[in-house]
Amino acid sequence: MAKAKGWRELPCGAIITDMAAVKENKTGAWRSMRPVWDKEKCKQCLMCWVYCPDSSIVVKEGKVIGINYEYCKGCGNCASICPAKAITMEKERK
Amino acid sequence: MILAKTGNEAMAYAMKQINPDVVAAYPITPSTEIVQLFSNYVSDGEVDTEFVAVESEHSAMTACIGAAACGCRVMTATASQGLALMHEMVFIAAGLRLPIVMAVASRSLSSPLNIHGDHSDSLASRDSGWMQFFCETVQEGYDTLIQAVKIAEKANLPALVAIDGFILSHCQERIETLDDQAVRDFLGVRQPQYNLLDWRNPILVGPATLQDYYFEFKRGEIEGMNQTLPIIQAVQEEFGKRFGRTYPVLEEYRCEDAEAVLLLMGSACGTCRVAVDRMRAQGKKVGMVKLRVYRPLVWQLLKESLSKFKRIGVLDRADAVNSYGGPLFTEVTSVLYDLKEKPQVYSYVYGLGGKEFSPDDAIAVFEQVLSGKKDEFVTYVGVR
Repeated sequence: MAKAKGWRELPCGAIITDMAAVKENKTGAWRSMRPVWDKEKCKQCLMCWVYCPDSSIVVKEGKVIGINYEYCKGCGNCASICPAKAITMEKERK
Repeated sequence: MILAKTGNEAMAYAMKQINPDVVAAYPITPSTEIVQLFSNYVSDGEVDTEFVAVESEHSAMTACIGAAACGCRVMTATASQGLALMHEMVFIAAGLRLPIVMAVASRSLSSPLNIHGDHSDSLASRDSGWMQFFCETVQEGYDTLIQAVKIAEKANLPALVAIDGFILSHCQERIETLDDQAVRDFLGVRQPQYNLLDWRNPILVGPATLQDYYFEFKRGEIEGMNQTLPIIQAVQEEFGKRFGRTYPVLEEYRCEDAEAVLLLMGSACGTCRVAVDRMRAQGKKVGMVKLRVYRPLVWQLLKESLSKFKRIGVLDRADAVNSYGGPLFTEVTSVLYDLKEKPQVYSYVYGLGGKEFSPDDAIAVFEQVLSGKKDEFVTYVGVR
């Protein structure tokens, strides 16, 4: 992490224009429920990718290939929207 | 043009001339007519505004915030419980540094239910980070609302323009309006620093900041407010040069050689002018100090003005229950604390829930301040 900035250096209204900085804040630790993706049941409709608020559905060449647990907060939107029930929410274990 | 307009009509007319990009509002007495009349202008195609009729004041302010973050010029109007229901979002608008302008027909807060004028709603929003203007007349309300758009956009802070509920909002006055084009030339087009809908330049609005950055961002917001006085004065001056009407942030009325002055905000300043004139006619040395801007707190100007007087009555049209005097009183006494020779300052709370405050009431307050004989620390004027 870079040195913490002083108040004079911060953007007016806490507007973040450097989206790369957002990547530093790994929100995966907030998760209590974990989405588990079943490759076999997945129809590749990409609805989970559309609805994920944290861009945590990993897509390669137009196809879902997994979930990025470094940022996934476990909100469950993907499991809720999935028409094929290919994503299930499971308890995080320590 | 010279027109007869109520406060609400004048505020709606100013909004029509400002022609904001977005207005989101939910009507509430006594400001209902502002939104209702403005929606007529929308329906008649006299403005280009996107009018969002929302389901509550909380949603109204939320929609205003979203639109303002997209670079729009945004306005709304509310009062009382409506402003109270907005409370959460009002702070967010300021924290995001969005120049939203809100007309408030200032009134009491329930309970008990009362729809009439006092400053309880606006002053309860004091710490939200909005600039606050209190107007004496309908004309001042109209002019201030137009000025506030420019001030807010220069300061990157929202502004609340209060006219006293019913006393101004529902009473007709002769006002001089400006030409539509003159208002639009004065304001120009908002130049936003960013636009939330610009997908080519993505931004994050409203991030979570914890122990590491919250305080630093708040410090920046506070500095934003600290820098607003010169902006307000510059806009007032420009308005005065263009249109011939100007309102000082702090006005001294017949204060030369005054032995006692009353300090107050809003429509009762007009009442006090009458009281001062009557007492001056009898040879009594009294004057009035009118404070037009409550936030930013113009402590430098207050100190400079009030240090000249020996006896000062501070009149509050709201009460901060069990504080050491009314809301304006406590701030004024703080401002004067480090003076070597302190004036005597007396606290009066008046006119809650629209209770009549007449020139005779003001004269009675003046007489008491002149005499220095006051039994209660806070006097509740006219309470049986």
